[in-house]
Amino acid sequence: MNATIVVSIAMSIVAAATPLLLAALGELVAEKSGTLNLGVEGMMLLGAVSAAIVALTTGDLWLAAGAAALAGALGAGLFAVLTLSLTANQVATGLALTIFGQGVSSLVGKDFVGREVHRLPEVFPAALAEHPLARVLFGYDAFVYFSVAAALAVAWFLSRTRAGLVLRAVGEGDSSAHALGYRVIAVRYGASLFGGAMAGLAGAYFSLSLTPTWAVGLTAGRGWIALALVTFSGWRPGRLLFGAYLFGAMMIFELQAKAFGLTLVPPEALAMAPYLATIAALTIISAGRAGANLRAPACLGKPFRATA
Amino acid sequence: MADVGASPLLELRGVTNTFGALKANDGVSLAVGAGRIHALLGENGAGKSTLVKIVFGVLKPDSGDMLWQGAPVEVASPAAARKLGIGMVFQHFSLFDAMTVAENVALGLDGARADAALERRIVEVAESYGLPLDPRRATHTLSVGERQRIEIVRALLQDPKLLVMDEPTSVLTPQEVERLFVTLRKLRDEGRSILYISHKLREIEELCDAATILRQGRVVAEVDPRRTDARRMAELMIGSELKGVARPAARAPGEVRLAVRGLDLPPEGQFETPLRGASFEVRAGEVLGIAGVAGNGQVELMRALTGERRAPRADMILLDGAPVGALGPEARRKLGLAGAPEERNGHAAVGDMSLADNAFLSARHVRGLTSRGALRPRAARAYARDVIAAFAVKAGGPDALARSLSGGNLQKYVVGREMLQAPKVFVVAQPTWGVDAGATAAIRQAIVDLAAGGAAVVVVSQDLDELREISDRLVALNAGRVSRAVDAASASVEEIGLMMGGVHGEPPAATGGAVGLAH
Amino acid sequence: MAWRIEPRAERSRALDLAAPALAVAATIVIGSLVFSALGYDGLGAAREIFLSPLADPQRWPDLGVKSAPLVLIAVGLSFGFRANVWNIGAEGQYVVGAIAGTGVALAAYDMAGYWILPAMLVAGALGGAAYAAIPALLRTRFKVSEILSSLMLSYVALQLLYFLVRGPWRDPQGYNFPQTRTFTDWETLPAVVPGTVLHLGVPIAFLAAFLAWIVLRATVLGFEVRVVGLAPAAARYAGFEADRTAWRTMLAGGAFAGLAGILEAAGPFGQLTPQFPQGYGYVAIIVAFLGRLHPLGIALAGIVMAVSYVGGETAQTTVGLPGAAAGVFQALMLFCLLAVDMATRYRLRRVAPAPSAAGARP
Repeated sequence: MNATIVVSIAMSIVAAATPLLLAALGELVAEKSGTLNLGVEGMMLLGAVSAAIVALTTGDLWLAAGAAALAGALGAGLFAVLTLSLTANQVATGLALTIFGQGVSSLVGKDFVGREVHRLPEVFPAALAEHPLARVLFGYDAFVYFSVAAALAVAWFLSRTRAGLVLRAVGEGDSSAHALGYRVIAVRYGASLFGGAMAGLAGAYFSLSLTPTWAVGLTAGRGWIALALVTFSGWRPGRLLFGAYLFGAMMIFELQAKAFGLTLVPPEALAMAPYLATIAALTIISAGRAGANLRAPACLGKPFRATA
Repeated sequence: MADVGASPLLELRGVTNTFGALKANDGVSLAVGAGRIHALLGENGAGKSTLVKIVFGVLKPDSGDMLWQGAPVEVASPAAARKLGIGMVFQHFSLFDAMTVAENVALGLDGARADAALERRIVEVAESYGLPLDPRRATHTLSVGERQRIEIVRALLQDPKLLVMDEPTSVLTPQEVERLFVTLRKLRDEGRSILYISHKLREIEELCDAATILRQGRVVAEVDPRRTDARRMAELMIGSELKGVARPAARAPGEVRLAVRGLDLPPEGQFETPLRGASFEVRAGEVLGIAGVAGNGQVELMRALTGERRAPRADMILLDGAPVGALGPEARRKLGLAGAPEERNGHAAVGDMSLADNAFLSARHVRGLTSRGALRPRAARAYARDVIAAFAVKAGGPDALARSLSGGNLQKYVVGREMLQAPKVFVVAQPTWGVDAGATAAIRQAIVDLAAGGAAVVVVSQDLDELREISDRLVALNAGRVSRAVDAASASVEEIGLMMGGVHGEPPAATGGAVGLAH
Repeated sequence: MAWRIEPRAERSRALDLAAPALAVAATIVIGSLVFSALGYDGLGAAREIFLSPLADPQRWPDLGVKSAPLVLIAVGLSFGFRANVWNIGAEGQYVVGAIAGTGVALAAYDMAGYWILPAMLVAGALGGAAYAAIPALLRTRFKVSEILSSLMLSYVALQLLYFLVRGPWRDPQGYNFPQTRTFTDWETLPAVVPGTVLHLGVPIAFLAAFLAWIVLRATVLGFEVRVVGLAPAAARYAGFEADRTAWRTMLAGGAFAGLAGILEAAGPFGQLTPQFPQGYGYVAIIVAFLGRLHPLGIALAGIVMAVSYVGGETAQTTVGLPGAAAGVFQALMLFCLLAVDMATRYRLRRVAPAPSAAGARP
């Protein structure tokens, strides 16, 4: 194995990790406020198809990214109206949102399937990324740097700002927060919409950079992996950043194993590997969970209605 | 009753608030003078908490006015209340277990962050009022008394003119209550006012300068508690004469029915208190009271006794001499051990099920409400009807949903459901918590009568007056440990208070610090 | 004038029953608006999807065949959902059930006898239950969320199916197509109405829904599931242990899904192919909620959902609606039901405006 191969593997890990990181960061914030949205996969698909359509019709990739964020936020808005204002069951609503996203995305995207999208450009000039080792640092498009910056920003927001403190309070004790005069539902709306926008961006990364094209079911279950990642991180952004790259490595394991001619193992077994590894990771982290710091927010998934 | 001429600090006029068919407040008017401790007195369900929420801007009244220093104000939110100078200490603390003390304080202040400057201010205020607190501690590691300090410090940091305290002593030992009163008097002497909500007459006599008495949502009297007989205030509060419990004549203690021997129980979650070598005995015909401040292992002890949690060793719990520690709730009930936990709605009963369905929960074996895995709905309804009749439960019948009953009536149903199974041993927690006076008297009498009939009864309660009224012997639970037993009739409040604080019969040591949980 | 939303003291039975019907009506209205906006004949689409299959008696057997797996899976899931056990991996249990039953069928390929079909069904149910045992074990032993583990295992089950039909179980006379042998007559479900596609699995599914209703209503087991869902602490007080309930409901859900899988394999398919999984396991979750987690409601909801499937196929040819449209309608239907549910649990009440200071009583 020479340096070029190592670099290319490292870069494909980063590419695979980026949508996981984006989607999981959004979901982490939503879950910190107490809402469990299982519709991440659906919102990612809405984002992916919106980005592809806007990119193919206008050619403007930034507009496409904006459309993806908006589409994801709209999906989250639907979830928020049903679960927060109408106190519908969060698990059922999230699942319905995923099925809805699958249906709507394949419906509106059917004329765009397979058309190649002009790929997101790298941020830094090619000269800077010429050396293989420099390429690992400087060879990516803006989404990659944005996702890392977003992880740091979320970490800072949750631990250092007043608004972050209030958001955590709403997720830890909804009735206490209400008694102190915080608007529980409003905070959760905000967190949900942020989660949706981030999921939309995660979807856009598929259609603008990874493939780059639109296909039915493009995100291939990555939304679920992102949900698992949030649990794996123990609701901490720093661990989430680390976990995203770990999970990214699991995702590309299948491709790399094939590339290395690992033919003793049937391809189906390789395709199972990321899911089995995710279950294993969750099991290890859940079984070994100790102390308050890796605990789910106390109000996660519970409906809140202000009474008396 | 403010001084004539000067306008009171806070005045309410004709405040009315309705929930469905219930008028929680009906034209309530009261005035709190500056530099006074004003009591709001009333029994459970009289509408005190609703009124307090209105003052603090959590609830909007259907009608009525609020005046602050003589000028009409509309308090739209707790933030608006804080801006006026109103501080609040809730009965059910508005605290976040997973957060630090400083974070909890910051959340109660407008625009504050939990930084070093705030930590310094917390320590400052806490020390000057005798309320020691470590701002960096995680809240879930603190005792209930310490948690209350967070609430008080949080309120004091805003330099309030009026401090509203909702049942602040229900979670404190007698000694902690004394210390709290010192702090409150100091606050009054600084010119602040306190609206003090309670149903404990002795405290009000001792502390308050004025009292407004509420009954069924209405003001029934304004009195000066320093000059009014406690019995008179009680009658105003309840609306009828106080009814005591009729105790049978002295009985010879029978056989030991329930024995707990060195019960250790590790905590199930991080918010729980472990039990450490708890030991006690209850004899036939006897009521054993277990005193203690909430959070010292009451919930855990109840679970261990009813079988919701198994003991590490079967012989740690003996029923009529036979080890039952390894048995679950169903097996223990079959052997004659019945229990009624503190939380009625959602633990002892399912709110969204009918009373008949609720009979299946605990009476299905002893009363034959099921046979070979099939429910017998007719038997359950008949049993529910029996309980309703025997305990005078006000309910629409066996098909009424449990949550449609008032707290007192549901408690009578729960206690009755257990007692009509004629248990050999009955364990009950907070039997009259949140229950009106009529039901309280009925439940206490039923407990005493059950014991008189030969059962052994364990009553876990935070209400010392209650325990002294119905128990034969008393123990205290502190940090998961059970104290030695004392005779309920002869032990002084002070002695019991020391036991609750963890001083078990040794000479009273310095108790200046926290009544601490071991961590 | 202010409004206040408050819980109803008593649940309105009429509204309870009307809510699903209202939800379907709202779906038709919203759906036709959405599809009109997308440039299709919206009203025509709604009519094709929701009415035409009902109007044509020749399509009724199709409705039965489509609804059977949905009803069976959804009834199984409803036990868990009532008890806060969120098995959303029924798709995987359905596939593994089909695989287990097919294993029996392939082993008995050269044999004859009435025992073969029942043995396949038992194997299917056991296979599904065994697959559901994995998330049950992970939840009760390691506190791993069954939502995530059961869903991940669905992806794993699909790969297992692909592996088998491409590899060890591939039909030797199948021209290398990735599919198993076709089942023999002993291994195929007989038609209940000769000459139609209505196979024995359809009455089995509806009978199972009826039996589930009896269990839920009249047995201690059903009581346990209801109590655990309504008040977990009360369940513990009653002696129903949370882990035991989680195990029971997970295994029941897996067994029902597995049985649905082998019924589908031994019925309409007659073999296993990569196209075998059709997402019934996911749609059944919608069916379960649409039927309000009540077995009889689920039987009805399964038929409604089958109508949308069969109608969706018709609409592809008649009004040129894409296949994905049915999925959109199905999700919309659940959204509408969840929203309408609000009306049955809460009500709006007018409250008097806060009077001004002038209007105050002295």
